Amino acid sequence: MAVAQTPSEAWEIRIDKEADIIAIRQLVRELTKQFKFDQFASAAMTTATSELSRNVWVHAKSGLARVSVLREGDRIGLEVVLVDHGPGIADLNRALAGGYSTANSLGLGLSGTRRLVDEFKIDTEPGRGTTIVIRKWKKEF
Amino acid sequence: MPSGSIPILKIGPTLLASIQIDLHDTVVDAFQNDILLEIEKSGSRGLIIDISALESVDSYVARALANTAKMAKLMGTETVIVGMRPAVAATLVRMGYYMSGVRTALSLQEGLELQAELLKAAESE
Repeated sequence: MAVAQTPSEAWEIRIDKEADIIAIRQLVRELTKQFKFDQFASAAMTTATSELSRNVWVHAKSGLARVSVLREGDRIGLEVVLVDHGPGIADLNRALAGGYSTANSLGLGLSGTRRLVDEFKIDTEPGRGTTIVIRKWKKEF
Repeated sequence: MPSGSIPILKIGPTLLASIQIDLHDTVVDAFQNDILLEIEKSGSRGLIIDISALESVDSYVARALANTAKMAKLMGTETVIVGMRPAVAATLVRMGYYMSGVRTALSLQEGLELQAELLKAAESE
């Protein structure tokens, strides 16, 4: 996943209140518009970002979102990295299999979110926290 | 944040709520409460929630909308959600959220027509 990133196209937003979820998804929505993603890709990436930010808020209470623009040749993409030091996910396979959600079943779990993006990477350890990377590439028609 | 930013209008026997803003948890709760109080006050048998301004709807907001419809239903009011954008519909289904049990219509006009049919059916029962 070696892709060029310039510092001017990267943002960091702390997550420690519910309103931060809105701020992060609004930034992602604005970026998808700025780079003229189609409305399906825009809604998918914005929604995926919203789901994962909410997971951080609900499960870990605080964390960090890093949003950046990816450039690979002529391709443009967006990347969102969500980092928390919360409880982590004990049974990752189960969490990714779908229909599984803790904490009052907010959200549809990771499996639903995963289907919205082009790339999905998760690193989690119980008691240590979770880092999730999602990427969506702009489709050229 | 108060839900005052979501206007609730009365059109004949129907209440119309048009969501124009990104929904926070606190706004969602206030919105649900306001809607239910307004149903009681107006005696409306129909509720239309217009989401045509929403460019994305995550599972939290989708669930909140479905729950609002369930709450209204318990009071005896039928809800129709109108104006869901193509990308929103596609995203929700791809995520695995179908909003089952929620009535929807393409547009406000079609929502009003559906609402009128529902009210007529309820009266003739």
